[in-house]
Order: sequence, then structure tokens, then C-alpha cells
Amino acid sequence: MIEVLQLLINGLVAGTILAVPAIGFTAIYAVLRFPNFTVASHATIGAFAGYVANTAFGFPAWAAVAVAFVVTGAAGVVNDEIVLKPLRPAGALTAAIAAVALTIVLENVIRFVWGNDLRGYDLPIRRDWQWAGIRVGPQQVENLAIAIAAMGALFLFLAFTRTGKAMRAVADNPMLAGIKGIDADRVARLVNFVGMGLAGVGGMLLGLDTSIDPLTGFRVILSVFAAAVVGGLGSIPGAVVGALTIGVAEELSLLSLAPAYKTAVGFAAILVVLTLRPRGLLGERAF
Amino acid sequence: MEGYLVAMATFAALYALLALGLNLVWGMTGMINLGLVGFYAVGAYVSALLTKKAGWPMAVGLVAAMLAAATAGALVALVTGRLRGDYLAIITLGFSEVVRLVASNEIWLTNGTDGISGIPGPWRGQVAPATFNAIYLVLSGAAVAIVFLAMQRVRHSPYGRVLRAIRDDDQVAAVAGKRVMAFKVEAFALSAAVLGLAGALYAHYTSYIAPEGFVPLISIYIVLALTAGGTGSNAGAVVGAFLVVFFLESTRFITAGLPGLKPVQVAAVREFLIGAGLIAVLRVRPSGLLPERLPRHAPPRTPSGGR
Repeated sequence: MIEVLQLLINGLVAGTILAVPAIGFTAIYAVLRFPNFTVASHATIGAFAGYVANTAFGFPAWAAVAVAFVVTGAAGVVNDEIVLKPLRPAGALTAAIAAVALTIVLENVIRFVWGNDLRGYDLPIRRDWQWAGIRVGPQQVENLAIAIAAMGALFLFLAFTRTGKAMRAVADNPMLAGIKGIDADRVARLVNFVGMGLAGVGGMLLGLDTSIDPLTGFRVILSVFAAAVVGGLGSIPGAVVGALTIGVAEELSLLSLAPAYKTAVGFAAILVVLTLRPRGLLGERAF
Repeated sequence: MEGYLVAMATFAALYALLALGLNLVWGMTGMINLGLVGFYAVGAYVSALLTKKAGWPMAVGLVAAMLAAATAGALVALVTGRLRGDYLAIITLGFSEVVRLVASNEIWLTNGTDGISGIPGPWRGQVAPATFNAIYLVLSGAAVAIVFLAMQRVRHSPYGRVLRAIRDDDQVAAVAGKRVMAFKVEAFALSAAVLGLAGALYAHYTSYIAPEGFVPLISIYIVLALTAGGTGSNAGAVVGAFLVVFFLESTRFITAGLPGLKPVQVAAVREFLIGAGLIAVLRVRPSGLLPERLPRHAPPRTPSGGR
């Protein structure tokens, strides 16, 4: 029983962190209508940006996460402007293909500079907290707090600011938004900044728990897709629900599966949901 | 040098098979497969295991590989057939990762990341290695020729016309009374069979397979080959495959000339060039070197110029 409870807690924590890049992926999908696989490489960029801020400049974890957000967001905008935006008129699938190619390009820029070695963040060593046989790491709690703060900020932004409303309007009906004078290009840049920034934060949060290398982002991409598709591709609350579902399912799978298959759980979840409820748990409405 | 060229030509033939397989779904039917390396891996593992562990003849291994890959392809198409193409992109990419995960972890069956070695090849060990390589080049060349002719046949047949109709607008095809779902599943399964055949041929050629040989980068090679050659054109697929192998190999020589780079950096530069190459082709010449020409009975040009 304690074991199940422990896995449940781990799953909820992992799911909350997973929700961050999943929101990035799904938000970009909601506005630009193509699966932007570069979420993988941008998560890696975020992990490395945070790594440099943390190890070279001595930033604490939360501040390094902020650096990761800004650097990755900016990288996301630049990469989209140069590579993906000109290809979008050719169709969602052409853009998706280009995104996979771009992911390989970006991953190898990281590999060129830092190599394939595993790197760890410079963090104070803290003892796990224990209650009645349940262990929780202070870093886990800090990551959880950062993830919740990032998501809270995003919800406030989308719900109450003019720009946030413009973003939702474009996601909901681009043509109508255009008639109302919303600049679609500006919204596209914005959603790339925010979406890829969140991917970067997600990459760093995942790295804080373990270590990072050029494949950090790619390794979680299945779980990120799963979270987004299970919740309903293009739905931000869906991404959160999906991420929590996947996070808990992945941890509970440890009861009967080898740990290596954790990421396959997400894929299985995609297949089940697409078969039974093709629009995901919450449907495809953006917000 | 001669041995090197023969080896490269053999790889180009394997890539040509993969590109032909991809052309059937992506070029003709408009269904993307970003995880084609997964079907390639299924074919390679099935044939390798059946011939090495169960001792079956290679020909049976090849057929079994094609059947296994086709089954996997049909399942993927069944799940995603009714959904938009972007779901297919996600599912196929995910599929290939799961295949690699299984190959890495079911050690009792696949020997894990150590891979399977000593896979039999036709007349391997009975003839000199150079002769084996030459025989294999002929065999894989013949496979390319057969698949190419079969694909041309599909392309020019009424069946191929339905596939193209589905690609251009599946609702119109459905209204015309075509069972769109059945066509999609069949096309995907047939394509996966070709990918599986390529995988089996790869396994028997190199005699060694491991999960690291089936990374997503291979899928990108093939997408690049088909895009550069001309999506929708079978000749383009074959030409593109040879171009990609040539390009891959020339990056090897270019990076060898760069001074002071560590091996990992050389590898990074090469992969970078592949990705950048695909992006460049998509930007500069998205219709490829040999653009698709609609076979016979070309429809009269409309003033709006749609195809």
C-alpha cells in the first residue's frame, strides 16, 4: 500500500513537471496547427541554458529555470522565423517533417559544443523528507512549485491579458481573429516564445532530477506527445490532465513492468485514447 | 576502394527500397510515416531471429519480415486512419521509439543493446568476402528493380489513382464510393512490407543488428531521399536514395578535412548537415529533382492552375 502511495505521489509530481512542456507543445499546436516536434530539442536547449546559468554563473535552480525560459523562448522564435514559418504554407505535414529535421540540427549544435557526456546541475545536497515510509525529495518539491508557478502564470496571462485573449482568439478561429484586426504573425511569435520557453523549463526541470545530455528532450518526447494527445491535442487544460494521467500511469506501470518501459506506457495510452475517444479526454478546444 | 563503392551501392539500394516504401504511403496516399525506421527494424529483427535462432531459410525469413512489418503497419493505420495526418506523424514517430525500446530491453529475445550478431547471409562463408558483397549488391539491386516495377504498376493502375485521390481529398474519394479506410490500411501495410523487406535485407547483409542502428535519423535520411528525389515519383525515390548516400559519404570526407575536431563533433557536424539538407530541399525545391508527373490521362489544366 505504501509502495502504491509512493508511486502515486511520484507520478503526480512527474506529471506536473511533464505538463509544462506538454502545454508548450499543445499551445503551439492550437495556434499554428502543426505538431512542432522541435519541442524535443528546445527542451534540451532549456536544460543546457539552465545548466550554464547554474554551473558557470552560480544561479540557484529557480533562477536558472527563468534563464532557461527566456533563452529557449528566444531560440524558439528565431528558429521558427528562419526555418518553420516559411514552410507552413506548404502544409502541416511538411512543417512537421521540417520540425523533425530541425530537431536533429539543434540537437547536434548542442552535441557539438558540449559533447555526449552526462552532466549534472550544481545543487546543494539535501536529505529526503520522510513521513510514514513515504519519501519526498526537497528538489522534487521545488520542481513541483516551479512547474505550478509557471502554469499559474500562463493561465493568468491567457485569461486576463489582452495578448492572452488574442492568442486564444487565433487558436479558436484564425479567420475571425484576423477580421478583428489581430496580427496573426505577432501571435505566432508570441506562442512560439511562450511554448518553447515552457519546453525549455520542462527540459531543465527534468534534468534537475537526473542529468542532462543532448538527448534529454528527445527521451521525454513520447510522454509529451502522450500527454497532449490524451488530453486533447490543442487543449491547454487537456495537456495538464493528460500529463497527470501519463505521469501517474508511468509510475504505476513500475508495479508490473520494467522501468525501461515507462515511456512506452505513454504510447499505449495514446493508442487507447485515440481508439476510444479520438479527440482526447477534454476535446480540442484551446482553453 | 572498389569494396567501399560496392558497400555504398548496397546501402543505396536498401535506402532506395525504404524510399519506395515511403513513397507509396506519403507520396501516393498522402499519409506521413515519420517512424519508418520502426518498420525497418521490425523486418530486420524478425528475419534475423527466425534465421539465426529458429534456423529457418532466409527466403522464409524475408517473407515473415514483410508480413510482420505489414501487420504492424496495418495496425498503425487502423488506429489513425480516421484522424488527421498530424496524429499519424505523432503515432509513427512514437511507434519507432517503442520498437527501439523493446529491442533494447527484451534481452532474452533480442540480446538488448548488444545486438544480434552472426546473422546468416546468402553464401556467406562459402565464398570470398568480396564475392559475397558483389552477390549481395546484385540481390539488393534485383529487389529494388522488382519493388520499383511493382510500385510503378500500383502508380499507373486504377488502384493508384484512388490512392492519389485520397491524398488530394479523401472526402471526395469517399463520396465517389471508395472505401477510404480500407485503401489507407492496405497502402500502409503494403508500404510497411517494403520497409520490412529492406530491414531483413539489411540484417542479412551486415550480419549484425542492434537498436542503435534504428535511430530516428534513418527516417530522416529516407524522408530527405524522397523529398530530394521527388515525392510521388518512384524514380525520384530511387535517385534520391542514391543522392542521400552520396551526400552522407561526402560529408564524411568534408568533416575529415576539418582540423582539430573531436570524433563526437565530427559526428555532430554530419548529422547537422543531414537535417539542414532536408530543410534546404524543402525550402528550395520541395517538388524534388524528378517532380511527380501524373501518369497518362492528365486532366486538362484549369485556369486556376490546381493539380
